[in-house]
Amino acid sequence: MKRLFPILSILTAGLLAYATYQALAVAPTDAQQGDVYRIIYYHVPSAWTAFLLFFINFIASIQYLANRKESTKRAAKWIVIGVGGLGVLVTFLPQVQQQLVSAGMRPSALATTVLCIPAFYFLVGRLFPGQLLDVLGVTSAEVGVVFCTIVLVTGPIWARPVWGIWWAPGDIRLTSTLVLWLIYVSYLVLRRFSHSSQTQMLAAALAVFGALDVPLVYFSIWFFRTQHPQPVIGGGGSMDPRMLHVLLISWMAFLCFAFLVCWSRFRLELLHREIEEAHAMESLVGAGVAAKASLPLGRSSR
Amino acid sequence: MNAVKFLVAAYIATWLIHGVYLGSLVRRFGRLRQQLNEVKKK
Repeated sequence: MKRLFPILSILTAGLLAYATYQALAVAPTDAQQGDVYRIIYYHVPSAWTAFLLFFINFIASIQYLANRKESTKRAAKWIVIGVGGLGVLVTFLPQVQQQLVSAGMRPSALATTVLCIPAFYFLVGRLFPGQLLDVLGVTSAEVGVVFCTIVLVTGPIWARPVWGIWWAPGDIRLTSTLVLWLIYVSYLVLRRFSHSSQTQMLAAALAVFGALDVPLVYFSIWFFRTQHPQPVIGGGGSMDPRMLHVLLISWMAFLCFAFLVCWSRFRLELLHREIEEAHAMESLVGAGVAAKASLPLGRSSR
Repeated sequence: MNAVKFLVAAYIATWLIHGVYLGSLVRRFGRLRQQLNEVKKK
């Protein structure tokens, strides 16, 4: 494992360099925006990566809350299976299919996505048992906030030359993204500064509510009139195949990078908990010695 | 030409944010390793 990390780091650095070269030199120039549109190759993959990380955080938080009792664990399992099955059935209803097609979405793609949710839920539960779910939660939230910060910084830099303004106040896509960022920042602040025994549970509950903002951010440009352009995949938007190809390479590079950063952050959290445990053991042993020393002569603890 | 400045600014901002975060991870790793060594010594 120790050898794998440097190898993957080198491969990821190469992929990132290749993606940047493709974005700056190979992708065709946009007829309307000129070269400034190339911000898309950092802005959009960062947004997709942030959404994915917040989704992982959501799944980890739900499992963490559900696994506290055997009954809730079982109930959550059946709810997830039910939601998956019902979601697939709903996408096959003719009226729903019509609406999806008119909104530019493919019903089969949506059904596959819905099916992936229970599969991902059980995979996470198997790979990260017990407290590791909480470690996964804090890791994905922190790295997700970093990627969301990039979205919020590169967005206005792109908007200024194209829209003539840095920020469109009241725009639902922009505002909901800012709210999403604030929710996860508050999640991290709660984790950092609260030392109550209930902190992990409260943070998991906050993360579940925070994740509800993700679909609002994602689908806002489908269902509301906003300054933000239409989605590049589905939803009525269109993109040159060469541009889309570079965009997908860029996303792949950022996904690999996010994976490595999450891996490091995960190890950091494990190390932090190991030290906390060692400190707790130390103080317990210290308290035991002190208690023994304070006992009167002739009476000893068994 | 002026628009290219924005493109460069966005790319630099992205790597600056990643750099700051990676730097914070390295610093936290260093601090924790030091604490772990102290705990082991005791």
